[in-house]
Amino acid sequence: MKRPGDFQVVNHSVPRSDGVAKVTGTATYTSDMTLVHMAWAKVLRSPYAHARIVSIDSSAARKRPGVIAVLTEDDVGDLYPYYGHAVKDHPLVAIGKVRFVGEPIAAVIAEDELTAQDALDDINVEYEEFTPILDVDSALAPGAQKIHDRGYRAGNFRGFDDQSIDIKGNICQEVHIAWGDVEKAFVSAAHIAEGEFYFPMIYAYAMEPYVAIADYDANGKLTVYSSAQHPFMVRQDLADVFRMPLNNVRVVVPFVGGGYGSKSYTKIEPLVAACSWKSGRPVKLQLSVEEAFLTTRGDDARVRIRTAVDAQGKLVARQATIHFDTGAYAENSPMVARKATNRIVGPYRIPNVKIDSFAVYTNTVPASSYRGLGAAQVTFPGESQMDELAEKLRMDPVQFRLKNLANRGESINPVARPIDADVPGDLREVAATLHMEKPLPPHHGRSVCCSASDAGAHPVTLAMVQVYGDGSVSVLSGSTEIGQGSHTVLAQIAAEEMGVPFEKVRLVGSDTAITLFERSTGASRTTTLMGRAVLEACREAIAQIKTMAAEVFGVAQEDLIEERGGVRHGEKRLTWPEILEEYFQMQGASIVGRAYLRRAGDLQAVPVFWEIGVVGVEIDVDEETGKIRLDSLATIGDVGLAIHPAMTESQDLGAATMGMGVGLFEELIYDGQQLMNGTMLEYRVPRFSDMASNIYLKLAQNQDGVGPYGAKGGGEGSVNPVGACIANALYQTSGVRIRRLPITPERVWKALQEKKESAASNSSTAHVLSKP
Amino acid sequence: MKIAFELNGASVELEIEGRETLAEMLRARCRLTGVKLSCEAQVCGACTVLVNGLPVSACTFLAYETRGKHVVTIEGLAESTGKLHPLQQAFLDNFAFQCGFCTPGMILAAKALLDEKPHPTHEEIIAYMDGNLCRCTGYLAIVKAIQQVAAGAAGNGHGSGDGAGKR
Repeated sequence: MKRPGDFQVVNHSVPRSDGVAKVTGTATYTSDMTLVHMAWAKVLRSPYAHARIVSIDSSAARKRPGVIAVLTEDDVGDLYPYYGHAVKDHPLVAIGKVRFVGEPIAAVIAEDELTAQDALDDINVEYEEFTPILDVDSALAPGAQKIHDRGYRAGNFRGFDDQSIDIKGNICQEVHIAWGDVEKAFVSAAHIAEGEFYFPMIYAYAMEPYVAIADYDANGKLTVYSSAQHPFMVRQDLADVFRMPLNNVRVVVPFVGGGYGSKSYTKIEPLVAACSWKSGRPVKLQLSVEEAFLTTRGDDARVRIRTAVDAQGKLVARQATIHFDTGAYAENSPMVARKATNRIVGPYRIPNVKIDSFAVYTNTVPASSYRGLGAAQVTFPGESQMDELAEKLRMDPVQFRLKNLANRGESINPVARPIDADVPGDLREVAATLHMEKPLPPHHGRSVCCSASDAGAHPVTLAMVQVYGDGSVSVLSGSTEIGQGSHTVLAQIAAEEMGVPFEKVRLVGSDTAITLFERSTGASRTTTLMGRAVLEACREAIAQIKTMAAEVFGVAQEDLIEERGGVRHGEKRLTWPEILEEYFQMQGASIVGRAYLRRAGDLQAVPVFWEIGVVGVEIDVDEETGKIRLDSLATIGDVGLAIHPAMTESQDLGAATMGMGVGLFEELIYDGQQLMNGTMLEYRVPRFSDMASNIYLKLAQNQDGVGPYGAKGGGEGSVNPVGACIANALYQTSGVRIRRLPITPERVWKALQEKKESAASNSSTAHVLSKP
Repeated sequence: MKIAFELNGASVELEIEGRETLAEMLRARCRLTGVKLSCEAQVCGACTVLVNGLPVSACTFLAYETRGKHVVTIEGLAESTGKLHPLQQAFLDNFAFQCGFCTPGMILAAKALLDEKPHPTHEEIIAYMDGNLCRCTGYLAIVKAIQQVAAGAAGNGHGSGDGAGKR
């Protein structure tokens, strides 16, 4: 295998292929697009969390000048009006019932956006209110009303081996894993940490809100432009809604203004497509950020967890019960539950494990993927308890972790691929970077935490490269460029393999009518899977050209010597384009190389790779106000090989910054059935002034992944450990243990006050907020 | 109503509605979609444009208020030859964006800062830029890009990848 230093294009921080467009304002996002004869849609949303729809009168709206059509439950005709890749429980517009405040109940299609907006006031809806079910305990209470009282079909991309769905009451999905004998292990353990933790509801805040343009044309062909992360899953849902063959549906994804999981899976596309179908016009629906808050959020999680060690500091058992508040529709919460169940184990050898997870329907905004996919929710409790146990053992937290981390080749889960990373090495590197051994200034605390995520999702990834007779190369890829830089990285791989300049490679996609199937763009899979597919497609193209070269040279293929970018026979050398031109005797002809990756061979074992997160922080606590700020932040991207080092580091910092947001201030707050802070005036995300004063971004490049040149994915791992890092560092400096994120100034201040009061009354260390 | 103003160096006369925001006018009437709309509440800075050299949130700034003034958008920053503004080049050199949605507003806010104060301190950069949100990068690369221009050092456009540590 080529090593760093051998590469011409890969492993270099080349200019981004989308860079000039993005700094000149010419990059086109779906929100910037218009189609000829395009109409606009606006959505009427439910004011109630849980109610029966008695009647909808939209006759006045339909008569308003400029209004083309109105879409309600009465207008869906013989469409199959439910979608969802996991559970087809989500109606494209409310049918019979509303299940959360903000649920679309009608759409007006008009000549312009303002007319559509004004016409919403003309729609009268009569509701019969039910008692809203607003938290997990109410949803699971005996006799609780079922939020979904009808059966549903399984979605096409459940991600579970078992395709059947099993909704029990308000439990959308259960996941259970177990090995060893947990009960026995806890009985004989030397020390046990036990507690309840809470990770909040959060909003990803992709700066471009959800947007789609649908064109259901007169020939019954549907084209949709969307800000979707997974165009092929959207295509499937749309084909099902319109009972169409897959090739009748074309989903095109231009540039996307942020995703972080929130644009995974189908969102508004079925509604917009139905508006076009109903009106006979291309229709655009541009949500506002306030509406995006009411479209998807991250699952909050209540985690009851206990972890046991023996007297020597070896982990012997972990048991947890996790409840996710999934909101009104399944979306990707079944997979969030499944992944969290696996990921709460951490990168550790634990001989006895039992984890039980429940994704629970409530009458709140539907929850779905959020960067890290369940890992952030469970790394916070898991890594908090690692520090609690280290204290009981009187061991240094880093040494305690090192004693239990799985080494490369060791298994942390009996049915999974062994660890393909140097986690102890990563931890040592981050600890050394932060100088954990140095004395701390007053009010400062330090912590290093880690996570291991079964990443990559299901490996079905198909790619094509076109090699042109003029020496240019196009990569046709169904991976979405959502800012992570995949269009640059995939072009680098093609340039490396084909021996052409990076600037001569063009990325085409995502467009389901042109590019081959790629299951999804998420779970950090693109570099690993699409990168490898592009590499294999290039090599397949080269194999074809070599056959042509043998004919052109008039020699046997074995007599040709392959050199980067061409072949040599004796003194004569021809480049790939020269061979094509000789072969076709015409300019302009291009050939296609292709690769079809599936779950087979070295991609048989799951996960595709382990995504490791190791983050260290040093915090500074203002004990007067309770405000925490980051003095130092250190990340390490254990990515096998960084195809583009600068962008890889930037992914880690972006992920850690999102982790800091949830760690310190991000939280969606419900008051009754109403989301109280669903605007950017009230929902606080990290700003320039929140940046750590010292930032260290490291890479581990051991070429130990199944991706191209040993690469593995990145960009999610660094989100996961940050909450626990902050909680542990706070405990270290102040002695208060907070088990609920975000760790706001108010919570810190209250905890410090309680500690002072309890110290005054001469009791032991305060453990606050253990009960949400 | 009819208004006249200067847009990216050219004189413009437009018929607009009184309630129209600057962002609506620029995006819909002038086809300048580099003006991005996100929070629409003066929080995120994505819609930042320059009016008489000062950064404003075009989402909440009424279009008619630009009458008689100079408006600069991201589309007006590069030279007519296509040569990028030093800030645009610095954002490229430092990989100071990912999805790019915040980038036009970010670059224009940075321009206003450097026009006012060509050599800001680190603290001054943070304080001035704090009204522009980026959800992708964690901000470090943006600060470096601004510092690069402030230092007058033009980048070569090619990172070497030397930052990549191998164990």
